Amino acid sequence: MPFVDTQLVLFDEDYRKVLAVCERLARDAHAKGVFVVDKNGQLMAEAGDVRGLDTTSLASLTAGSIAATGGLAKIIGEEEFPIHFHQGQRDNLHMTVVAKRIILVVIFDERSSLGLVRLRVKKAGSELARLFEEIQKKSERARNSATSPFAEITDDDIDKLFAD
Amino acid sequence: MSFINYASREINCKVVYYGPGLCGKTTNLQHIYAKTNPDLKGKMISLATETERTLFFDFLPLALGQIRGFKTRFHLYTVPGQVFYDASRKLILKGVDGVVFVADSQIERMEANLESLDNLRVNLGDQGYDLGKVPYVIQYNKRDLPNAAPLDEMQRLLNPGGAPEFEACATVGKGVFETLKAVAKGVLTDLRKMAR
Repeated sequence: MPFVDTQLVLFDEDYRKVLAVCERLARDAHAKGVFVVDKNGQLMAEAGDVRGLDTTSLASLTAGSIAATGGLAKIIGEEEFPIHFHQGQRDNLHMTVVAKRIILVVIFDERSSLGLVRLRVKKAGSELARLFEEIQKKSERARNSATSPFAEITDDDIDKLFAD
Repeated sequence: MSFINYASREINCKVVYYGPGLCGKTTNLQHIYAKTNPDLKGKMISLATETERTLFFDFLPLALGQIRGFKTRFHLYTVPGQVFYDASRKLILKGVDGVVFVADSQIERMEANLESLDNLRVNLGDQGYDLGKVPYVIQYNKRDLPNAAPLDEMQRLLNPGGAPEFEACATVGKGVFETLKAVAKGVLTDLRKMAR
């Protein structure tokens, strides 16, 4: 049966909880950077030393990579490959699909190890899964609620975006 | 689908440019990239073959300005147009908020346009979307070429539903921003509908 993604709404308090998980993971796994990316390629949170990184592109390419390997998985009869690891000369990339909806990305170098990252990601992944279950429910409520900032936008608001 | 972030007061939407091979999807994004203020755009990414044919997708993040205190960001994607990349096209449509169909006006590409439009309908359907309900605009590209099909014939064949439509020549930028504005407007109007 086809499945249409629902709109995701991230409130301040939930963002802070997601960020806290990312920051703890970055610390505990001795990671350079930790990112939470939605499967559609939107960056939701980041922690660690991410200066100079093009995080928007990182998010989009992460989602593309997970989507492509997900397609491969289906061809060979798997539902998904939930864990991806790319080894570089200096830096490594570890990606995990959490709660079928988001991707947890960890960048680490020789100060950490794959074993440690996998161990810490497992714990952080379950915490994020719980958080996103709640976020998903709130998103659905927000979508049907009159408090949405988009319920009251006017044609004029939209036209102003394209004024020049 | 769109992502509303209250923490950063941002709304992110995804727009996909669809159409047959060599119709000018990448050229549309290249023109937008070239003509947009550097503060409002991110890096454009093209996953292409050595002969510069799109292999997986092009990606361009764009900021449009604020609406009710929220920064609106559009992520523009193209699909690979060549017929055999269908699996990739399906993946890129996931989570789409708005679609631009770029048609090639050359009369000998009419069948390719029709095939691609049909493919769009099927692939959207596989994801649970209906082309009639998704914000959607059509662009008749390459209007400057001598072998361009008459506009009314293209309208009759490709746009019987009367979606917003634009004539374009993407290589020189004609019609490119008009198309983008129309699809962005459609997406925002749809957000309002969903919120009500």
